[in-house]
Amino acid sequence: MTPDIGLILGIDGIATGSIYVLVGLGLVLIFSVTRVVFVPFGDIVAFSALTLASMQLNRTPGTIYLVATLALAACAVDAVHHARRGRAQHIVRGLLGYGLLPLIPAATAWLTAGMNLPQWLQIPLAIALVTPIGPLIERIALRPIADASVLLLLIVSVALTFGLSGLGLLFFGAEGFRTRPLTTAVFRFGSVIVTSQTLLMLASAVVFSLLLFLFFEHTVSGKALRATSVNRVGARLVGIRPAGTATLAFLLASLLAAISGILISPVTTLYYDSGFIIGLKAFVGAIIGGLMSYPGTAVGALLVGVLESFASFWNSALKEVIVFSLLIPVLLWRSLSLAQVDEEDEEVQQ
Amino acid sequence: MSRRAAYVVAVVVIAIMAAAPYWAAQFTVTLLNYIGIYALVVLGIVLLTGVGGLTSFGQAAFVGIGAYATAWLTTAHGASPWLGLLFALAVTAAVAALLGAITLRLGGHFLPLGTIAWGLSIYYLFGNIEALGGHNGQAGVPPISIGPLSLEPGAAIYYLIWCMLALAMLVVANLLDSREGRAIRSLRGGAVMVESLGINVFRIRLVIFVIAALLAAISGWLYAHMSRFVSPAPFDVRMGIEYLFMAILGGSGQILGAVVGSALLTVLTNALQDILPHFSEHGEQLQAIVFAIIYVLALQFARGGVMPFVLRFLPRRIKPQAARSEPLPRRQMPKPGTPLLAVDRLVKRFGGLEAVSQVGFAVAAGEIVGLIGPNGAGKSTLFNLITGVLPCDDGKVSFLGADITRANQHRIARAGIARTFQHVKLRSTMSLLDNVLLGTYLRTHSGFVRSALRLDRAEEARARFEALRQLERVGLGADPYDLAGNLPLGRQRILEVARALAADPALIILDEPAAGLSRPEKAALAELLRALRREGVTVLLVEHDVEFVMGLVDRIVVMDFGSKLVEGPPAAVRADRRVQEAYLGSVA
Repeated sequence: MTPDIGLILGIDGIATGSIYVLVGLGLVLIFSVTRVVFVPFGDIVAFSALTLASMQLNRTPGTIYLVATLALAACAVDAVHHARRGRAQHIVRGLLGYGLLPLIPAATAWLTAGMNLPQWLQIPLAIALVTPIGPLIERIALRPIADASVLLLLIVSVALTFGLSGLGLLFFGAEGFRTRPLTTAVFRFGSVIVTSQTLLMLASAVVFSLLLFLFFEHTVSGKALRATSVNRVGARLVGIRPAGTATLAFLLASLLAAISGILISPVTTLYYDSGFIIGLKAFVGAIIGGLMSYPGTAVGALLVGVLESFASFWNSALKEVIVFSLLIPVLLWRSLSLAQVDEEDEEVQQ
Repeated sequence: MSRRAAYVVAVVVIAIMAAAPYWAAQFTVTLLNYIGIYALVVLGIVLLTGVGGLTSFGQAAFVGIGAYATAWLTTAHGASPWLGLLFALAVTAAVAALLGAITLRLGGHFLPLGTIAWGLSIYYLFGNIEALGGHNGQAGVPPISIGPLSLEPGAAIYYLIWCMLALAMLVVANLLDSREGRAIRSLRGGAVMVESLGINVFRIRLVIFVIAALLAAISGWLYAHMSRFVSPAPFDVRMGIEYLFMAILGGSGQILGAVVGSALLTVLTNALQDILPHFSEHGEQLQAIVFAIIYVLALQFARGGVMPFVLRFLPRRIKPQAARSEPLPRRQMPKPGTPLLAVDRLVKRFGGLEAVSQVGFAVAAGEIVGLIGPNGAGKSTLFNLITGVLPCDDGKVSFLGADITRANQHRIARAGIARTFQHVKLRSTMSLLDNVLLGTYLRTHSGFVRSALRLDRAEEARARFEALRQLERVGLGADPYDLAGNLPLGRQRILEVARALAADPALIILDEPAAGLSRPEKAALAELLRALRREGVTVLLVEHDVEFVMGLVDRIVVMDFGSKLVEGPPAAVRADRRVQEAYLGSVA
């Protein structure tokens, strides 16, 4: 390998890594606030890419039906929950929040399908269409067991991957798609060529990480999220509603996933089930950060991206093996540096 | 259902199963073959996850290793499938031991995430090794034969599969009802208590992880020789996830749940494959969605799976009578007055707070020493430092002349220190007797193999008798089969004392043993501790009831704000001005 190739692979890896950064930050956000290890998170990335692709192909995106199905289910779960407690006014609010709100972008997309909107309208529409998926899933499957152990939440979230990939196949089909590049400009630094797409991915990772940081530091909602992740009971005692913070965490994370999907779609052909692997790679990054630290996750995710880039150069068939095997030394390191502290009241399932 | 009726049902079920190839269609036998093959894997998950509390999504990878190992040896080298079985077991055990050694120290959610990752890794590896046939797989795997009898037809291998499954279930059942089995059952709910009994938690986890992998390898071996073909697809991580859900749907803590769960999911998959295409052209997609809904609903509303409903109809197990038996041998107690425990300038910091600073004292054999001090003085932290629950930052602890400062918790227990906890650590779903039996772990020696082969019965009877004796001694002998969780908190503390006594310690460390006890109960406890002193057992206790402490102990150590304030006989400590100030505030 020449230094030039090394440089190209490195830049490529950082570009892919910045997608994993965004996805990884979303995973850590969800985990720290709700304790859910949200395995199907990558699916949202893939769905966002597929949505933009079908818009560009002048088709009706399957996402509309996906969101409608989830919204219907969420409304049903929410209505049953409140009806059993005899709180009629909450039912109406639930219907508006889980029914009407997500259906606004869905309806817009449905009405404008086939109208060949300009790209600068397609992208925000695709993001708005996909973003409700996270909070809806949270309402349907995770909120009813929000107080269960981390392990049980993890098992449920793994079960959800089956459902989402089933829904993905149902609404998007088995075909793979790639979207038109967002920009085509090319920059030349000495002998190295950097595409503007690469710069865009990198810049997005930086900008959105920074926005997330500012949100956490300077807004009340952001502080509420941080408080919840530090001490759930304490946060509850000062009036922070766990359901509200969970919805917000899933909404923000979902937004990050949707943006990642838009950014990655011009460079990789994505299928309905590609999200699983993307999500898991971001997990490897997040685990490097201990599923707690945002900067640690960012570093870990970049590392995964670079490793993947070099691995595909050495042996593209074994690239996944190499990336996922990275987790083993990471876990080893984690286990060696682990303090001997008892997980006090691990839930014992009956 | 009465016991007799249950036997009749069991015999009828076994007869129907045994005759299946004669009455059932070929298709049904094939389905039963798959149920048996899956149930072997799920049985491993029952042991690992349901009982041991370690979640693995990666078992399909071990099935794959077993299947590929035998397929490679029997096709590339023409070896006998039985040799293939040995090879499959050896390779799987090696891989599992390596993966386990790396990941099993991690608790909680890191392990299951790790299992997904290596499940994927191994799956991709299968598809990319040319010698194993790559993504196309490997055909021409020979059928198994026993002597001249070839097990090629589905009906013939049916018997092999179900006999192996029955054998495996028997072995696992034996194992769970033994010394090591109790240790496995106690893993759920935190490692500190388990380690404090001298049980090496990591070792137990590693062994059950390897056992579960071996069961998966046997399943893979049967699969490879039944289908005569292996390819990567059936060993995908998604299949690993399905195995876990079979265990959960069946009832993850129950051995029979392995069969129930795999039967349920296999039959359901089959039914959905028949039914769904009638409703929609997207049958396959809908199937995944239906399963996701079933899983999520089951986890929300029936976390115990199907087995609790089945168990309702089965007769309760006969409780083994704890008959008189030869007592377990006791340790040679150190001579009264010899130095036993020496704590030297011990330091523990939590961030900027020095919870224990430069504390030193000594305990001689045969003494009762009380450690008192206001709340937050660092008493429990000091106990945790001595028993190895927390690592200390500086200083030294020696016990019977040996340095135990950096020793593991279970090594310290082995040296002869038993303890109770300020926040009671019991297994509330285990009986009083089982909880105390855990205490005898260090005094008994039957390992996994002896237990699985049922060679441990004589020792078990002795341990059981010992446990019962200790229960009677602390006054809890009335209903040894009651669940520990049913006791009021004060008596749970006493149960912890019985558990510590069952270990026959040289030094027993009690953290607030009298809290929550009535007056007569406190008097009985004091009498018990005095009797222990007469036997040569040394006692170190933290207690807030000053009256209880003053009347009982030989010496008192007083702590305040992490430091030792005073040390001496009760009367002197009571008169000490600094002690009065620490408790009552300074006299103006």
